Amino acid sequence: MSTASANSLSAERPQAITVEHAVKRYGSFEAVKDVSFSVAEGEIFGLLGPNGAGKSTLIRMMTTLIPLTGGRAIVAGHDVAKDPDAVRRVIGVIPQALTSDPDLTVEENLSIYAKLYSVPRVERAKNIAAVLEAVDLTQWRGAQTKTLSGGMRRRLEIARGLVHNPKIFFLDEPTTGLDPVSRIAVWEMLDNLRRTRNLTMLLTTHYMEEADKLCDRIAIVDHGTLVALGSPIELKHSVPGANVVEVHFDRESEEWQKRLEGLEGVTSVQAESAGFYRVLTSSGSKTTMQLVEMAASLGETLTSLSVQNTSLDDVFVHYTGRQLRDEQVKPPAFTLPPRPGARP
Amino acid sequence: MNRMSAIIEREMRKFFRSPTLMIMSLMMPLLQLVIMGNAFGGKIVGARVAVIDYDHGPEAVRLRESFDAVAANIKTFKTIEYKDEFQAREDVRTGRIDAAVVIPAQYSRRVYSQDKPQLGLVVDNSDQFMSGSLEAEMQALVTALTTPVIQPRLANSIALEIVELYPYVNYMKFLLPLTVSLAMYISVMIGGGMLYIDDKARGVHEGYLVTPITKFELVFGMNIAGSIKAMLAGISITVIGSLMAGLGVIFHPQALAELLCLIVAASIAFNGMMFLLMVRVDDPLVPRAMFGVLNTLLLYPSGGMYPIAAFPRWLQAISVVDPFTYCVHGFKAVLLKDGGFVAIQYDLLFLFAFGIGTLLIATPLFKRTL
Repeated sequence: MSTASANSLSAERPQAITVEHAVKRYGSFEAVKDVSFSVAEGEIFGLLGPNGAGKSTLIRMMTTLIPLTGGRAIVAGHDVAKDPDAVRRVIGVIPQALTSDPDLTVEENLSIYAKLYSVPRVERAKNIAAVLEAVDLTQWRGAQTKTLSGGMRRRLEIARGLVHNPKIFFLDEPTTGLDPVSRIAVWEMLDNLRRTRNLTMLLTTHYMEEADKLCDRIAIVDHGTLVALGSPIELKHSVPGANVVEVHFDRESEEWQKRLEGLEGVTSVQAESAGFYRVLTSSGSKTTMQLVEMAASLGETLTSLSVQNTSLDDVFVHYTGRQLRDEQVKPPAFTLPPRPGARP
Repeated sequence: MNRMSAIIEREMRKFFRSPTLMIMSLMMPLLQLVIMGNAFGGKIVGARVAVIDYDHGPEAVRLRESFDAVAANIKTFKTIEYKDEFQAREDVRTGRIDAAVVIPAQYSRRVYSQDKPQLGLVVDNSDQFMSGSLEAEMQALVTALTTPVIQPRLANSIALEIVELYPYVNYMKFLLPLTVSLAMYISVMIGGGMLYIDDKARGVHEGYLVTPITKFELVFGMNIAGSIKAMLAGISITVIGSLMAGLGVIFHPQALAELLCLIVAASIAFNGMMFLLMVRVDDPLVPRAMFGVLNTLLLYPSGGMYPIAAFPRWLQAISVVDPFTYCVHGFKAVLLKDGGFVAIQYDLLFLFAFGIGTLLIATPLFKRTL
């Protein structure tokens, strides 16, 4: 596990966010269980996990939206429990929901929020122009928000969160519901904002690719617990096996799992569906050759075969024992009962 | 203050940009004023009254001539000739006619001999308004017929001289105070109830809560905005309704000032009440479900439609704490009676106290977190 090295990297810079033994309970249900981490200034930090893992609860505790049951969170040097107003003044928050008013224009929405943050009148117009430029919405400043596309509304949300020049920016699933093109545009924008404004960002996501591309460090959260922490590369290296071989046999057999596990360099085998396996191996090329030879000697046909580098998906599987996408697309809970008289 | 004004600014911009709230808060009360104002309080015209004449004497003819005079002039009813008393009673029962007058045999003789002459009137008392009107009309006719042609020089009966303080108040005018109150209530119900919870559910409040705005600024910003919306609805309906009902009181500066005070007080009272009811609600269905219940619970005991003195005790108890009661009383005092500030001082006092009181209770209940 690379937590130590990742933490030492972040420890070189001053800490923007420190969370120590954070706990959140709703009655007997523990949504966040003893979570600790810190985020360095200027860092993009990702909380990665499936829906219901506790990411949003964590971000809401850090942004003063819900109180902590236990532990403490320090944001920009202020304790969120003791001095929430000081925290609110230095943070920008983009909640999951779209908070901009659809009946107001882009500029009006930004102006209202600038006033809510007590931005002086002389700076207001300048700030609004700057954030509109940053999110590429200058030409839409007079448009009613309800006329904007989903991607543009998300960009407006980002502009809204930046209108008072915060030091730390919290984004709760900033690209959920966006098409791939808009999602990439938001990633580029966030990266650009970090560089130009020296922002510290903490975002939650359940998109592996987003966390991989955007974040300097990632904390994997599952069932309210922080299960892994490190940079994307460190996390990938922490998983035994350098490559992932995906193989699809023409015929399903109970023997495949055993035979695959017996191949040289293979560290783990995961059955995905009938005849389809994901094999973690220290050498993708060697395992591929062995696989082809094994199939030829048994007279079996391979429908498909691919070799990939280890992804965050594999990291997630390694630490939680299941795939993130399993959590996102759950099978229907209801199954039809057998017809009366039908054979099992 | 700047942050509070930002909340008010947002609410007002939204209000003027989306005219649905304004239209809906004005439409229903205006429709009620027009339809109920014209439907109720009118006089009965063209009722069908059967006449069964078993007498055919000169006094029976005199009576039937007076019926014809009514049919030709004020047109309260018209007569239909019937031969059979039982058939007439059956037709009243089935609704084919509205009443039946029976002139018994020997009626004329009894009138002349002053031997307790009697007439029969069969009415459908399941319709109190119709039967009451016909009874009153018939009673007036009978009284006129028994009045001697030559009046005694010295009156021996006690006369009641009625002095009406105000010009004739038709039902539309009578209904106007309730209509103005209803317009403000609907504005608050939609603007302060439904839209408030919808904003909460959509996450707009989450956006507010992450800013440094204080609980006081947020609560008072939203409530001031809600009260302004209710005031605009109240002013609009007062002006439009007064013009429709033919009340010129709105052109008097003092009455206008009194009305304005009442509108401000009532807006604060209604808004405070709604905020207290909604402060811990998250489900957008709740204010919609409560709309009808609150409407019935507050509107009818207010005395805007029927006098409070006629209510049972428990209903009178509701009317004592109902802001509608004071709102309606105040508007009646100004719009219909020109009573001045003296007539509305207790209404103003109650409404302001009610509004501030509910806000003071609701503010600590408002959660600054999710």
